[in-house]
Amino acid sequence: MKYALFLGCTVPVRALNYELAARKVGEKLGLDFLDIGKFSCCGFPVKSVDRMTFILMAAQNLSLAEEANLDICTLCSACSSVLTEVNKELKENQTLRNRINEDLSVTGRKYDGRIQVKHFARILYEDVGLEKIKEMVKRPLSNFNFASHYGCHYLKPSEVYGKFDDPENPHTLDELIQLTGAKSIPYEDKKGCCGGGILGVEETTALKIAALKLDHIKTTGADALVLICPFCNIMYEANQKKIEKQSETEFNLPVLYYPQILGLALGIPQDELGFRMNRVKVREILSQLG
Amino acid sequence: MIDVAKLDPNFKYEITKEPGAEHMTRCFACGTCTAGCPVREINDEYNPRRIIRMVLLGMREEVLSSDFIWLCASCYTCEERCPQDVKIADLMNAIKNIAVREGHIHPSFTAQLQALLAHGRLYEITEFDNKKRVKWGLPQIKESSEDTRKLFGKTGVDKLAGKEGRIE
Repeated sequence: MKYALFLGCTVPVRALNYELAARKVGEKLGLDFLDIGKFSCCGFPVKSVDRMTFILMAAQNLSLAEEANLDICTLCSACSSVLTEVNKELKENQTLRNRINEDLSVTGRKYDGRIQVKHFARILYEDVGLEKIKEMVKRPLSNFNFASHYGCHYLKPSEVYGKFDDPENPHTLDELIQLTGAKSIPYEDKKGCCGGGILGVEETTALKIAALKLDHIKTTGADALVLICPFCNIMYEANQKKIEKQSETEFNLPVLYYPQILGLALGIPQDELGFRMNRVKVREILSQLG
Repeated sequence: MIDVAKLDPNFKYEITKEPGAEHMTRCFACGTCTAGCPVREINDEYNPRRIIRMVLLGMREEVLSSDFIWLCASCYTCEERCPQDVKIADLMNAIKNIAVREGHIHPSFTAQLQALLAHGRLYEITEFDNKKRVKWGLPQIKESSEDTRKLFGKTGVDKLAGKEGRIE
């Protein structure tokens, strides 16, 4: 199974641990990734500014993967949502496609609508399959309780995702977590948004939104929050100290990327999964694994 | 107080012409959007039901020049739950797109456009970043903004990045 790996803006500079763990896990499970040097921003930030430019940016990236004849694997949920949405719209709307292709000619590119876009976690769930992953688990994380965070754009708008998971009662990430042998625990407001969408517009509000979830998870005594989006991570991990200051509460809650825990369960050595780059220290978790 | 003389009865039609905003006039103000909104839970400034009401009433200037239209976190909770199938997150983008055309771009978006024009991405990939990537065995990334600049030039979005943004 080969995919064009779409890193987006945040992953390659601010989530190297996620990228590293995803590549290692992919390698272990037989996923082959092609890096396309000309991939740029997916277009997400431009959606608020100018819809046509937003579609053009996404179409430009989609056409690059088409040229390589590969489906796209995204690590960022916003990239996943944007590229899936535009891909669907351009496949269905011939008039729009023609117009976009006219404009796209300035970069010498053309969109044909030949590929699919999938988030890394969805690829694990649908393309690799739970059975196969389960067979490969060597070191079950039996004593751990993790709080899953789906984030918004992995699931929504559900219309563009063909409803592969239920946005009101999602289950795919919990199943993936349970595959590792760990327990995926319930908690209040699990579907809650991280607030990342307005971090640049209204930081105080954004951080308060993130604080709610950290608070809900902390009360469960979970070992860590497990997520699949680099921007959700910026909110919960990179900004955790700031949130602690703002809300005058100490959380000290480790935040892990799903491929990091799957990697552990698959027997990939800890130091190959980028844990040293996690900001909230995870030493305690790792030491329990021995 | 609403000044009736200043209302623009055509504002709602201007908005429903935008892709994604077509269903807005179906809104019967049930408030499902506002009740489930994570931003509204924290910050009273943002209230999707109120924004839709303001648009339907024709409060064009108040809406387009407001700060609150920029507070949608784009989480799509409202859009998933709306019983009238108003695509509220898309509607907010449609409103913002019009606001931008009227010269009301939010400064944080001016900054993002500048980054995209300079790097083709939101965060620059410096030599230091690439060194770190190589240290971890990850491939280097050579950023290029050439195609982004061409696309922005085609639609005229490049000109927005040069402006100072709106007057505060």
